[in-house]
Amino acid sequence: MKKFILPFLLLTLFSFTYSGDGDKIPAVTVKKLDGSKVSSSTFNNNGKPIIISFWATWCKPCKKELDAIQESYSEWVKETGVKLIAISIDDARSAGKVVTDVKSKGWEFEVYIDENSDFKRAMNVNNVPHTFLVDGAGKIVWSHNSYTDGDEEKLYENVKKLAAGEPLSH
Amino acid sequence: MLKMHNKSSLKATFLIIGVFVLRFANAQNNGGSVHGNFQVDAQYYQADSLIGAPKVPEKFLSNAFGNINFIKGDFSAGVRYEAYNNVRQGFDPRYKGQGIVNRFARYQTDLLDVTVGNFYEQFGSGLMLRAYYEPGLLYDNSLDGIRVISNPVKGITLKGLVGKQRYFFGVGPGIVRGGDAEVNLNELFDSVLGSKKTRVILGGSFVSKYQIDTDPSLVLPENVATYGGRINVIREGFNFGTEYAYKINDPSIDNNFSYKYGEVLFATVSYATKGFSFLLQGKRVDNMSFRSDRNESLQSLLINYIPATTRPHTYSLLALNPYATQLKGEIGGMGEIQYKFKKGTFFGGEYGTEITLNGSVANGLKPVGVNDSLTSQTFYKTDWTDIGTEYYHDFFIEVSKKFTKKIKGTFLFANQFYNRNIIQFNAENAGYKALKSTIGVIDISYKYRASSTIRLELQGLFAETPDMITNSNLVAKGNWAAALIEWSPTGNWFIAAYDQYNYGNPTIKSQIHYYLGTFGYNQGPHRIAVSYGKQSAGIFCVGGVCRTVPASNGLTLSITSSF
Repeated sequence: MKKFILPFLLLTLFSFTYSGDGDKIPAVTVKKLDGSKVSSSTFNNNGKPIIISFWATWCKPCKKELDAIQESYSEWVKETGVKLIAISIDDARSAGKVVTDVKSKGWEFEVYIDENSDFKRAMNVNNVPHTFLVDGAGKIVWSHNSYTDGDEEKLYENVKKLAAGEPLSH
Repeated sequence: MLKMHNKSSLKATFLIIGVFVLRFANAQNNGGSVHGNFQVDAQYYQADSLIGAPKVPEKFLSNAFGNINFIKGDFSAGVRYEAYNNVRQGFDPRYKGQGIVNRFARYQTDLLDVTVGNFYEQFGSGLMLRAYYEPGLLYDNSLDGIRVISNPVKGITLKGLVGKQRYFFGVGPGIVRGGDAEVNLNELFDSVLGSKKTRVILGGSFVSKYQIDTDPSLVLPENVATYGGRINVIREGFNFGTEYAYKINDPSIDNNFSYKYGEVLFATVSYATKGFSFLLQGKRVDNMSFRSDRNESLQSLLINYIPATTRPHTYSLLALNPYATQLKGEIGGMGEIQYKFKKGTFFGGEYGTEITLNGSVANGLKPVGVNDSLTSQTFYKTDWTDIGTEYYHDFFIEVSKKFTKKIKGTFLFANQFYNRNIIQFNAENAGYKALKSTIGVIDISYKYRASSTIRLELQGLFAETPDMITNSNLVAKGNWAAALIEWSPTGNWFIAAYDQYNYGNPTIKSQIHYYLGTFGYNQGPHRIAVSYGKQSAGIFCVGGVCRTVPASNGLTLSITSSF
């Protein structure tokens, strides 16, 4: 019985304090492709929306999604000012492949490596691909798990709504 | 008694911290935020003697977990609850029951970052220390203790930690302590090197474990240290990284209580530019199993992580016989070339074509036994130039092409070699033949409407010599064919049918169809999937960690959600 007291108390307290109006990106150290370390709390796009996409070099649907976005990325940027931040969860086994994949595919996104899944855990990602939308004030306002062909169009609908200050749809 | 007392006082401390912080948060009236995730996998089992699926007395088994994290400013805290009633087939049965298995509190500023409770950490590429969590495999070797990270000046990161590793619903017997320093030369000497194109990062780690020696006959080292260094040099498209680690003698079950030292070298070099990349990776491991309990095996209480230098596959027949690093000793490497034919060229067509060539090999070392007549301790010697028997190879070519706006395809052709004695049975003389196979994959997707897709996957595995047949249902047998059809009519719903057919099994009655139907729904961060069918026995790998899954037959429900 004693085992349950702590979680229940914490849960009860959490439920009182939860603000419920969207939340900031948690601060976790991730690695840039040049090896330097940055905190995810520094992610920003000068008041414009940000897409955060969790992926891995071994994840087929993740790469399909990023390929599909790359095809129209320059239009997206022009129309809404959006920026895509791609977070690779590859561990030491395949982290070396992140830079070769990104460059040979010609992706123009901001890419970081989350080698021990610290950011993945902080963002409560169960599986990749998992995509988040962050508004101009740095608050996470939308997320989606999994990818099937065509999902990028729905994502972009929401980016446009976010840029125009309209409510988002799932 | 004392242990009990410590545990409850720790809990009380957390409770007090939690209450204090949340009261404070309330008083401030600007909340902080609460996030979490949840997953449950439950299966109703049916016995099937033909595929070797055993009768499960409980009939219904489930694995579940939930995380709740709280963040306010520089402070964060969280708990994870796990429940196994009882644990699903294929996982360690020592996961039994339910409870809080992870709780932490953390205070983070640029200068100082302190965590108490459970935490995950990796030094360098993990050769000396990696505390990691992979729920799909029930791999969790979190450290329960204290960690301090500091960035005294820009370009320098120092880490120190001490703790015990998670072991099912408790902690292991050994104490783990370690430190790591990393220097980014360009950031440290910003005024001189800040604008240079060449970036250099240096690092070094020291990790030690303590476990009491209770062995009546052997004199075992109670403190075992491992230390090493790494360097990373990056210049434009070039990237070079290497790490070396040395471990003092560490007799354990893994090395048959040999007193030999351990060492590992891991190196990667790559070049990448738009449309072309090249990657070369090499590794030599010798006696590098490092656990906080010398009597443990499998995935329990591992302190370090030695990455495999083979490519992880997601197509099922390519992953039917996967490789896992042999901690006892191995030498291997991988090379990969990727090229993208531009749009409008002969091979590129209207949308471009991507091609990947990959080859990876792993071989054993050639240990030579040496006995010390004075102490009766056992040793062995290895030589860096002596390469032993082949453990594994995988050569493949993959072509990805978009044919029209609606049709995309991937074609893959591979040749694999799998030394079953070593990889699956961990003994040179286990008596199985190695498996040599040729594998082909065709994967076509057709997007017939804006968010409606049909995907078809065809796979074939052709064994050069049919495998030796044994009573063990874990041994793959002869040729396989597999087909998958997946339909996503709206982007939210999906339905898939899969059949993996062992048509080449030399035993006629074992030529079985392993069919599986899956039906699921995704909305935002929530996903529900139901599947029914037969799962063939095999080795299942995620993120470089592999486990054996038994054959099963039944109905599976899987729910994941995050908030």
